[in-house]
Amino acid sequence: MVRVIGARLIEAAITLILMSLVIFLLSRLTGDPVALLLPDGATAEDRAALIRELGLDRSLPVQYWHFLSGALMGDFGRSVEAGNQPALGLVLERLPASLSLAGVALAFTLVSGIALGVFAAVRRGTALDLGARLVALVGQSVPAFWLGIVLMYVFAVRLQWLPTSGHGAWYHYVLPAATLGLFTLAAVTRLVRSAMLESLGSEYIKLARIKGLPEWLVVWKHALANSLIPVITFMGTFFAIMITGAVVIETVFAWPGIGRLAFEAILARNFPVVQAVVLLITALFILANLAVDILYIVIDPRMRRRG
Amino acid sequence: MGTLPVRIAVALLVLFAAVAILGPWVAPYDPLAGSLRARLDPPVWQEGGSWAHILGTDRLGRDVLSRIIAGARISLTVCVLVIAIAGAIGTTIGTIAGYFGGWTDRVLMRLVDLALSFPVILLALLIGAISGPSFGNIVLVISLVLWSQYARMARGETMKIRGEDYVDLARTSGLSDLAIIIRHILPNIAPSLIVVATLQVGIVIVLEASLSFLGVGVPPPNPSWGSMVSEGRSYITSAWWLCMFPGIAILLTVLSINVLGDALTDRINPALRGRNAE
Amino acid sequence: MSVPAPSASATGPLLRVEDLTVRLGPRPGAPSLIDGVSLDIMAGETLGLVGESGSGKTTLGMAVMRLLAPRLARGTTGRILYGGRDLLALSARDITAVRGSEISMILQDPMASLNPVFTIGSQLKEALRRHATGEGSLEERARRLMEEVRIPAAASRLRHYPHQMSGGMRQRVVGAIALARAPKLLIADEPTTSLDVTIQYQVLDLLHDLQRRLGMAMLFITHDFGVVARMCDRVAVMYAGRIVEQGPVREIFHRPAHWYTRALLDSVPSVAGTPDRLPTIPGAPPGIANRPEGCRFHPRCPNAQVRCGTEPGISAVAQGHEVRCWFPRGRA
Repeated sequence: MVRVIGARLIEAAITLILMSLVIFLLSRLTGDPVALLLPDGATAEDRAALIRELGLDRSLPVQYWHFLSGALMGDFGRSVEAGNQPALGLVLERLPASLSLAGVALAFTLVSGIALGVFAAVRRGTALDLGARLVALVGQSVPAFWLGIVLMYVFAVRLQWLPTSGHGAWYHYVLPAATLGLFTLAAVTRLVRSAMLESLGSEYIKLARIKGLPEWLVVWKHALANSLIPVITFMGTFFAIMITGAVVIETVFAWPGIGRLAFEAILARNFPVVQAVVLLITALFILANLAVDILYIVIDPRMRRRG
Repeated sequence: MGTLPVRIAVALLVLFAAVAILGPWVAPYDPLAGSLRARLDPPVWQEGGSWAHILGTDRLGRDVLSRIIAGARISLTVCVLVIAIAGAIGTTIGTIAGYFGGWTDRVLMRLVDLALSFPVILLALLIGAISGPSFGNIVLVISLVLWSQYARMARGETMKIRGEDYVDLARTSGLSDLAIIIRHILPNIAPSLIVVATLQVGIVIVLEASLSFLGVGVPPPNPSWGSMVSEGRSYITSAWWLCMFPGIAILLTVLSINVLGDALTDRINPALRGRNAE
Repeated sequence: MSVPAPSASATGPLLRVEDLTVRLGPRPGAPSLIDGVSLDIMAGETLGLVGESGSGKTTLGMAVMRLLAPRLARGTTGRILYGGRDLLALSARDITAVRGSEISMILQDPMASLNPVFTIGSQLKEALRRHATGEGSLEERARRLMEEVRIPAAASRLRHYPHQMSGGMRQRVVGAIALARAPKLLIADEPTTSLDVTIQYQVLDLLHDLQRRLGMAMLFITHDFGVVARMCDRVAVMYAGRIVEQGPVREIFHRPAHWYTRALLDSVPSVAGTPDRLPTIPGAPPGIANRPEGCRFHPRCPNAQVRCGTEPGISAVAQGHEVRCWFPRGRA
């Protein structure tokens, strides 16, 4: 198990370094960062000075080395926006808002998706099953940015039950988390439903019933434990979808997270911030996948021997 | 869900495709031409609406229905191009990795993992922001994001049939690797790749719409469904139809694709068929 | 495992199946898997249930456990009497109380019968926890149970997962789980078919031994007459959803009255593991959708006559020996 995790960590490091290279090249090879930084009417001397200050006069490999070593120390440079804050600090400041939103959405998604999938499988062929499958189908088809706007229109503008935007109280989470979670909810429902159907038809479920176990234990312990394995394998993907969705949804709901920060920084070509935020999100991706791998080994005893 | 939903889905998709292809001939108005006299007209069934603009008009007096039809054309074009490009790249890389195995496989699959671990939308935003919104960019970006799915499928399927007798026979009879791949491997893995392509249509449409919504997709004034939702957003309280109809167009298209994709997956993968029976 | 006294009152059978029919759904015309089956099992005895695959043996066992798929359960008619109660009429809660403690079952496939994500010990303790009697901690009782089914190194095995054990060991664990609550009736559905021949005999001997000590009755489902001779007191032969002959093992072996039974006996090879197809009779058993009129065996019967196209009744050919045939062998 230690060896598996060690190998994954090395892979993660390689992925991160490659990613940093991609980001570096994309941000340096296209566009002109200097032009954005200079005030109108700056002289050629100002320009040359800034180029030297940023190290842009050196060769690309050297520039990349500076960028990488800086990044490793947590130094991504300063934001070109007003305030000139350190880029990493700016990103970390926004991180909790994103993580809490993704966390709430993920929790909502898992709890309701698992429950819906289990009930749909147990009551297969009933109206409840049909409803669950419909939710799953629509949930996987509706574009998040549009859903966000529609929910906002219905619940905030027309019914006025919830605020259109804002951050801090629990009710601020409802609409963004529901929007962010619907796609994953649909996916979890489908996965759990089909895994439960397979599990409920298995021989070990028959034996559990033969033993005289009450039905709730048969369903919620014996069948569900096996049906969670596919959900866990997809957890990394779900997290990735949440982070990606955060860019759109934080923009729609004016949520002060890293998704919206990334969007704003990219539009403003604020490259130090872009680099910091993209690398951080990539690192989160990798961490999530690593956590999933470990969880997988823990829950499925058949995987343990390989560790 | 039986065959009726599948039939409805196919009918809807055929309708959308026909409208997209025949766009300029069936649309009642020029999607780009506004009329100052008919600004923010509501749809026909609302008070103040008229049959002249069935789904209403936007802030420049452009006909919403005509713009949705033009948007269908854009979505269809993006889909066709992305699937062709991503499919070609992904299938080539996946087939090579699966056929040769060993180090080739390991290196190529690391590339696939890298593509998968990249925050998709950020990459698209980055490229879009750097080079400005353009039709070519959005096709390129989405293709870059989606090729890996074909690569994975092509690799897995190729590995499955690599050891088959007829492939061995072809090899011993002196056929070159390239000829074997083209003549024996590709025709056999094509059905699975078609399923991937079908399922991707929905993803492409949503991605294109999302990027256009964020302002880095299809450049204005071209009426992409995503940018129409984005434009309509500021009018949500006064002119809900601007946001609602393009969104419904996206939803219906993607829903139909997913229904069809599920049916195709069931048919091609008989192991899963039993699960969805009854 | 404590040894309860076998219910020796012997006033009636332990289990009585009366006119049991299982159809594909509640419609009266729906194809049937089992058709009008009646049989008795006395306390402590072993009844063999023999037939080719598809004859309805397993369906019968699952019907007694009330474990049929919902569609089949809705198509079930007749009565299954146990302790004066009709099992088919019990509520979900009441049948749960019967399962494991009164009637238990061993399934065909030991590889698939254990839940892959829980340890052997936890699956065993789940059953033990519901068993009122027994001394010592759950852990001790689980270990003793493992020893009873002759699993070596029982204590450490409790912490193992099913995938870490061989098929023979797993079938012993399944047996231990099924017997944990000392049921009065065990339904054993081809418990050894998927095992190696040498292990088959070990498991059969073990079952026989446990049965004697627990004084429990057994419904032993098999397609192998060799196993029947070893294990059973009486035997019922099933063909295409019907019982065609039943009686004491000795009677059936020496004086089979039904032509199908004769054919089955002829096809028993000297070693265990009868093939599913019968080499001595041409044709195959009919599927459930196209069962013939009259005697269901007559299209394959060497002695078929015109009358066999009509339904034969049940007749007694000897004490406790019944046959469903117009022209029983050696009697007509």
